Amino acid sequence: MAQSQPETPESLYAAREPVFPKRVSGSFRNLKWVIMIVTLGIYYVTPWIRWDRGPNLPDQAVLVDLANRRFFFFWIEIWPHEFYFIAGLLVMAGLGLFLFTSALGRVWCGYACPQTVWTDLFILVERWIEGDRNARLRLHRQKKLDFRKARLRLTKWTTWLLISVATGGAWVFYFTDAPTLLVDLFTLDAHPAAYTTIAILTGTTFLFGGFAREQICIYACPWPRIQAAMMDEDTLTVGYREWRGEPRKHSEEVKAGAEQGDCIDCMACVNVCPVGIDIRDGQQLECITCALCIDACDDIMAKIGKPRGLIDYMALTDEERERAGHPPKPIIKHILRPRTILYTSLWALVGVGLLFALFIRSDIDMTVAPVRNPTFVTMADGTIRNTYEVRLRNKHGEERPFRMTVKGDPAVRVTLEGTPYETVTVPPDSTYNQRVYLQAPPGSDAANRERTDVRLWIEDISSGERAYKDTVFNGRAN
Amino acid sequence: MAKQPNKKQEPETTGHEWDGIQEFNNPLPRWWLWVFYATIIWGIWYTIAYPAWPGIKDATSGYMGWSTRANVAESIAEAEAANAEINQRLVSAELAQIPEKPELASYASSAGDAVFKTWCAQCHGSGAAGAKGYPNLLDNAWLWGGTMEEIHYTISHGIRNEDDPDARYSQMPAFGEILSDQEIEQVVNYVMTLSPSYDPQDASMAEAGEGVYLDNCAACHMEDGTGDQFQGAPNLTDAIWLYGGDYETVKHTVVNSRFGVMPPWTDRLSEAEIRAVTAYVHQLGGGQ
Repeated sequence: MAQSQPETPESLYAAREPVFPKRVSGSFRNLKWVIMIVTLGIYYVTPWIRWDRGPNLPDQAVLVDLANRRFFFFWIEIWPHEFYFIAGLLVMAGLGLFLFTSALGRVWCGYACPQTVWTDLFILVERWIEGDRNARLRLHRQKKLDFRKARLRLTKWTTWLLISVATGGAWVFYFTDAPTLLVDLFTLDAHPAAYTTIAILTGTTFLFGGFAREQICIYACPWPRIQAAMMDEDTLTVGYREWRGEPRKHSEEVKAGAEQGDCIDCMACVNVCPVGIDIRDGQQLECITCALCIDACDDIMAKIGKPRGLIDYMALTDEERERAGHPPKPIIKHILRPRTILYTSLWALVGVGLLFALFIRSDIDMTVAPVRNPTFVTMADGTIRNTYEVRLRNKHGEERPFRMTVKGDPAVRVTLEGTPYETVTVPPDSTYNQRVYLQAPPGSDAANRERTDVRLWIEDISSGERAYKDTVFNGRAN
Repeated sequence: MAKQPNKKQEPETTGHEWDGIQEFNNPLPRWWLWVFYATIIWGIWYTIAYPAWPGIKDATSGYMGWSTRANVAESIAEAEAANAEINQRLVSAELAQIPEKPELASYASSAGDAVFKTWCAQCHGSGAAGAKGYPNLLDNAWLWGGTMEEIHYTISHGIRNEDDPDARYSQMPAFGEILSDQEIEQVVNYVMTLSPSYDPQDASMAEAGEGVYLDNCAACHMEDGTGDQFQGAPNLTDAIWLYGGDYETVKHTVVNSRFGVMPPWTDRLSEAEIRAVTAYVHQLGGGQ
């Protein structure tokens, strides 16, 4: 045609194909059960662990105290100005994800991601109540809503809802004292934010785990897109040994008389897949590498007397080697590569840095802001005085007396606003604002010099802990 | 996975054609169109409900009676109601006791900070360091006294104003009309010897000035030059000069006299605000 005919664009919307994963057993399934129990256990139990910090501090081991701007993690207490610890942990989490992705592909998605863990749990509930794949398929296709279908659906949704409420409910315990909150929740005395949070998380858990499932991974999550950039030809990921399996049973080639490969086209790998793909089509975006198809296929291979691993963890380089008739590289060689070693080193470096920062940080601290309006004040006797707004931080669980001293110029003396003494008592676990004056007598060097470097020291008299800040004394510039 | 587009069906076009390029008729989805109509309806309702249509003098006020001014007034009323209790305590407390009570002192100095920045900073500076003719409130030299009571009185009634009969009042004569030029030069030299860090121009003149000083100045500034807070006479022996301590400036002061004024604040600030700003000034570093 000389002139191209306009074509009707195909609809860009595709309805979801429901997925009914079949029950499977095997080593990867067992590993996933263990990980599910451990991660859910950590999530639900953590807020209930108690940790004695003394009378003035909360006794919850892990607590994000937003109201008082404190984060407690067992023996560690993080204040807002120490947010770099959180930033460092996020950097470590990022590098850790890089490391695991470059070594094992989407191992996070397949095993540890909350979306995967909760979906797995929801599918488990679904199977208990409605039966395995075939029973669920039948129920799905049954158009008529009879008593049995209504009962099964209601039981399933109720159980899901209970799990969802428990999930949303557990989250809020991280932000306030858990036992108190539990009582308040039932007596309707809890903060509206708690109820709102529980409601939202209940809704998302119910929706994401029960209905959205793999659609979250495929359409909503950015991680599948990002990960493609981190995988390379040595990354271990779930794949199909096409050169061993093909031509599969029922294929045109086999019908034409070709010798059949190991794949008997039993669809076991497809039936167990939680995202509803056929791994034999090759590695694809939807695959979360949960490895359940490996278990399913291994089971079939054992039954038909073939070696396991038709579907297996393998890397792209293995394909070339195996097609050429060589054995695959040992797994350790896939994992130990310059790239993974680099990620591990960077990860460890940040970790060591954070640990170092954690151990050298002091329990008392201060910041010093010199008042610049005006830079100095002349007193009646000619003394030059500078003013400093000092924030004193006491991270101890009891009040501490802080003594303020100044070093740098013997003529410069320190006085505190509101008290004739050089000591101020800072309440437990808090910040205290104190105005501090430095005075240089008339005629002294510091009084007549534009700038004198000084160092302010605080000392916790009860423990001898010290901290300092360098600052500047401004005299009368001649 | 993608299916082949259906090539058989003839697509609908709008009938527009430019150089052989045709335009598909791709109407907006129905729900989108309804949302569009809904926004129009909502927009019309909005202009009825809220102030919107401009008139000659002002705009329509909207049937919901919403106004930003009313909101501000409401917010202010809320803040005042929230502070009513502590303001009451501030007003009923003993003035000298306020700095001793941590909660009251902390409230008063932050509330006083706001009052100071609004009403006092124009003359005394936002950092309270003053300026020529406007006292520095950070130092420990006070013309009329630096206790809570004295500061409170000064702020309440002001200085040398005609609005308040209780204003602090004193007047230095202009000695240019009383003393001879020579006597003035002598007394300026003498006064400059009193201040710790300033050298006199001429020692013999200063010596001669002592007599002039005792005759004319000592009544207010005292024989030793330490001044008198009761009548607001500055201390001449300290390092602080309100108008400047050089020879020409001091001479100008003696010849023409000086008097700063400060308005009374009782008619513009509440007692709680006056007490708050008193506490603020008191804790700036020079309070007594």
